[in-house]
Amino acid sequence: MKEILEGSHAVAEAVRLCKPDVISAYPITPQTHIVERLAEMVADGDLDSEYMCVESEFSALSACLGASAAGSRVYSATSSQGLLLMAEVCFNVAGMRQPIVMSIANRAISAPLSIWNDQQDSIALRDSGWIQMYAEDAQEVHDFHYIAYKVAEDHQILLPVFICFDGFILSHTYEPVDIPTQSEVDAFLPPYKPYNMLDAKNPLSMGMYATPDYYMEFRYEIDQAMQRSADLIKKVGKEFGEKFGRDYSGLVESYELKDAEVAIVAMGSICGTIKDAIDEMRAEGKKVGLLRIITYRPFPAEDVKSALAGIKKIGVFEKNLSIGARMKGAVGYEIKDAVDDQSAQVLSYVAGLGGRDITIADIKKMVQEIEAGRGDCFFGLRQELI
Amino acid sequence: MSLHIGCAAAPGQAQENKTGSWRVFKPVYDHEKCTSCGMCQLICPEGCVHETDKKYDPDYDFCKGCGLCAAECPATAISMIKEEK
Amino acid sequence: MADKTCELVDCGHRACGGCGPAYAARLILKGSGPNSIVCASTGCMEVFSTPYPQTAWKVPWIHSLFENAAAVASGIESALKKQGRDENVLCICGDGATFDIGIQCISGAFERGHNITYICYDNEAYMNTGIQRSGATPFDASTTTSPPGKNSFGNNRPKKDLPQILAAHGSPYVATCSIAYPNDVIKKVDKAVTTEGPTYVQIHTPCCTGWGFDGSKTVELAKMAVECGLWVNYELVGGKLDKAKKIKRKLVEDYLKSQKRFAHLYKPQRNDVEIAKIQAIADANAEKYGIDL
Repeated sequence: MKEILEGSHAVAEAVRLCKPDVISAYPITPQTHIVERLAEMVADGDLDSEYMCVESEFSALSACLGASAAGSRVYSATSSQGLLLMAEVCFNVAGMRQPIVMSIANRAISAPLSIWNDQQDSIALRDSGWIQMYAEDAQEVHDFHYIAYKVAEDHQILLPVFICFDGFILSHTYEPVDIPTQSEVDAFLPPYKPYNMLDAKNPLSMGMYATPDYYMEFRYEIDQAMQRSADLIKKVGKEFGEKFGRDYSGLVESYELKDAEVAIVAMGSICGTIKDAIDEMRAEGKKVGLLRIITYRPFPAEDVKSALAGIKKIGVFEKNLSIGARMKGAVGYEIKDAVDDQSAQVLSYVAGLGGRDITIADIKKMVQEIEAGRGDCFFGLRQELI
Repeated sequence: MSLHIGCAAAPGQAQENKTGSWRVFKPVYDHEKCTSCGMCQLICPEGCVHETDKKYDPDYDFCKGCGLCAAECPATAISMIKEEK
Repeated sequence: MADKTCELVDCGHRACGGCGPAYAARLILKGSGPNSIVCASTGCMEVFSTPYPQTAWKVPWIHSLFENAAAVASGIESALKKQGRDENVLCICGDGATFDIGIQCISGAFERGHNITYICYDNEAYMNTGIQRSGATPFDASTTTSPPGKNSFGNNRPKKDLPQILAAHGSPYVATCSIAYPNDVIKKVDKAVTTEGPTYVQIHTPCCTGWGFDGSKTVELAKMAVECGLWVNYELVGGKLDKAKKIKRKLVEDYLKSQKRFAHLYKPQRNDVEIAKIQAIADANAEKYGIDL
C-alpha cells in the first residue's frame, strides 16, 4: 500500500514489519524521528518489542549485542557522533558475528559540529566489518531493511549491516513509499534462527580472547563472510524484486553509462540530482553517465570495473573526507583500483560536506572539471572565506 | 580443526591445560586428622579438591600448590611439602 | 537457586595460585546455579578463564568489551523477557570495569531497572594490566600509577562508595561481602539473583600478586580487612542499611603490614601521620555501619 511518509517514518514502518524482539533507542539528529515513531508504535501496541531507552549510543549497540547473542532479532539507529561513539562496539559486533541491522541517517562529523548531511560517519567505519548499503530514496531505504536482515541472518554470512541514507535530505522529506503487508514480509523474511546463542540448556562461551595462534584466522573468516555476502545480496535483492516488484539484484546502478565519455561515481540521494543533471546534459549532446554505488561494503570491484569499462574520464563525488590522503576522498581510491586502467583518469571531488547544497548547475560544473582533468580536490569551496 | 566463529567455545576444554605443572609446593592431605568439614573443597581457587567417602584429595593434575587449603584447614590436616621433580 | 556443591568453573584456568577472584567465581556460581548467563568484562577473570578455545565456564558466558557488560546484560535481559525465558543474568566484572570505565553503563542499566545481578570482584586495582590504580584503590595503596615516592604516599583518594551510588539508583538489594566468609558470599549472591530488579554484590577478593603477599594467605588477608574495618560486609535493602557484620575490631596495623602495597608506610620508619589517616577511615566505617561489638 502506497503512503506518503517522512523518510524516517518509512524506516520505522520497515522495522515494524521486521518484528525485532529488542529495540535500543538513543536520540541524535537526524535519526531521532525513527526511534520516536517506533516508540509510538510500541506504546500503541502496534509493535511488540522490548524498547530500551538507553543512556548513550555506546550502550545502544552494546544492548543490541547482548540481545542478539541471547537469540533475538534487534534494531537500532544512529548518526554521526553516535556512530563514532559506538565505533568500538561496531568492530566488536562484527567480530562476534552478530547479525544486527542499524539505520544510519548520514550526518557530518564534529568538529566543527554539524547536524547536516554528508557521509563521513559511515565511511569512517568502512573497515569495521559491517555491510554498508546506501539508499537513493525513501523507497530504497525502506526496502533495504528486509534485504539486510535476510542477508545478515544467513548462517553463511552472520555480519551486521548499516543501511545508510542521507540525513535531512531523505530522513526529513516526504515521499510516496509502497509498504508491503505483514504476511508479505513474513513470507520473505523468516523469524531469526541464531547460529550461536546464550542458552543455559546448551552453554557456550562467546567473545573469548584469541592468542596470536588464532587471531588472524578469525579476522580472515570475517573477511570471507563479507566476500560471500556480495553474491547473497544480489540473490536476495533479485528475490525481493520477484516478490515485491522492485529489483535490487545489483550492487551498483548504471545510468546512461553505455556510451558515456564522462562518468560520475556517487552514493546516496545525490544520485537523484546527478541523474537530473545528466538528463539535461544528454539533451545538450554531452555523453555523461552515472555509476551509483549501492553496496559500498563489500566493495563491488568487479561490477565497478565492468560498468566503467572503456570510460576514460571518471569523477568520484565524495561526501566524505580522508584527511591527509592525496585524493582527499576515500571512495575514489577503491574506484581507481577497480577500474585498473592506466589510460583512464579517476579523480575525487570532495563536495557537499556538512549539508552544503549541491545543485544541477554544480554537477554540470563538476563534469567540466572532470573533462578538464582538474580533480582530487575540494569542490565548491567559498573562496571568500579561505 | 575449524574455528568456532565469533571466537566461541563449548565448555570442557580448559581441562586440557594441566596447571599442576605450575607447582613448587604440593599439599599432602592427612585423612586421619581430617574432620570432613569440606573447607578445602570449598576454598580451592581451582575447584580441584574432590571428595570420596567424606575424605578429600586434590587433583594433582591441576593443583597449583597455592597452599590456601593448608592455611585454612581447621584441623591442620594438610601440609605443604616441597615437590621434587 | 543456591547449590553449594555445583562446580561451574572448570579446572585448568590460568589464574595465579591463590587467586581471590578465582575463588569468588566458584562461589558466585554456587549462589546463582546453572540456570545463569554470565556477562563478563575484560579483566583478570575473563583473561584467565577464556583463551580460545579453552574456556573454563560451564554456564553460557559472553564477553564484549571492557566497559559495557551492564549494557550487554541489559540487552540479554530484554531478549529473555521477550522470549519468555528465566535464566539469571549476571555481570561478573572487576573493580576497574565497574567503578571507572563501566560506570555509565551500570548507571543506565540500574536506572532502567533491568532484572540483572551485577557482581563486582573487587581486588582494588586494574590487576590484569599490571596493578594500576582504580576508583576502588584504597587510600595510600601503592600501584604502578599511584606509586609512593618523594612526593607521594601512594593513592591519595578514598575508595569510591559504589554500593551507595547504586542504592541511590533505587536498587532493591545491594550487598558487600568477602571471600573470607564464603557462605555469606553464596547467600548474598542467591539473594541478589532472586530479588527482582537490578541488584549489586561487591565481593572483596584480595590479589596476592597485586597486593604483595603469598597466595596461601588470601583468605587470611580478606579476614584481616574485615576485622579492622577497612572492608565492611553489609546489606542495603531498599536503599536502607539492613545488616552489617559486627566485629571485635582490630587496629589497621596488622592488615597494612601484611601487604607490600602498604610497605612504603613503614619505610624508613613507621609513618604515623599516614597510618593515622587510614585508621580514621576504618573508624569512620565503624561509625557509619555500626560494626563495633
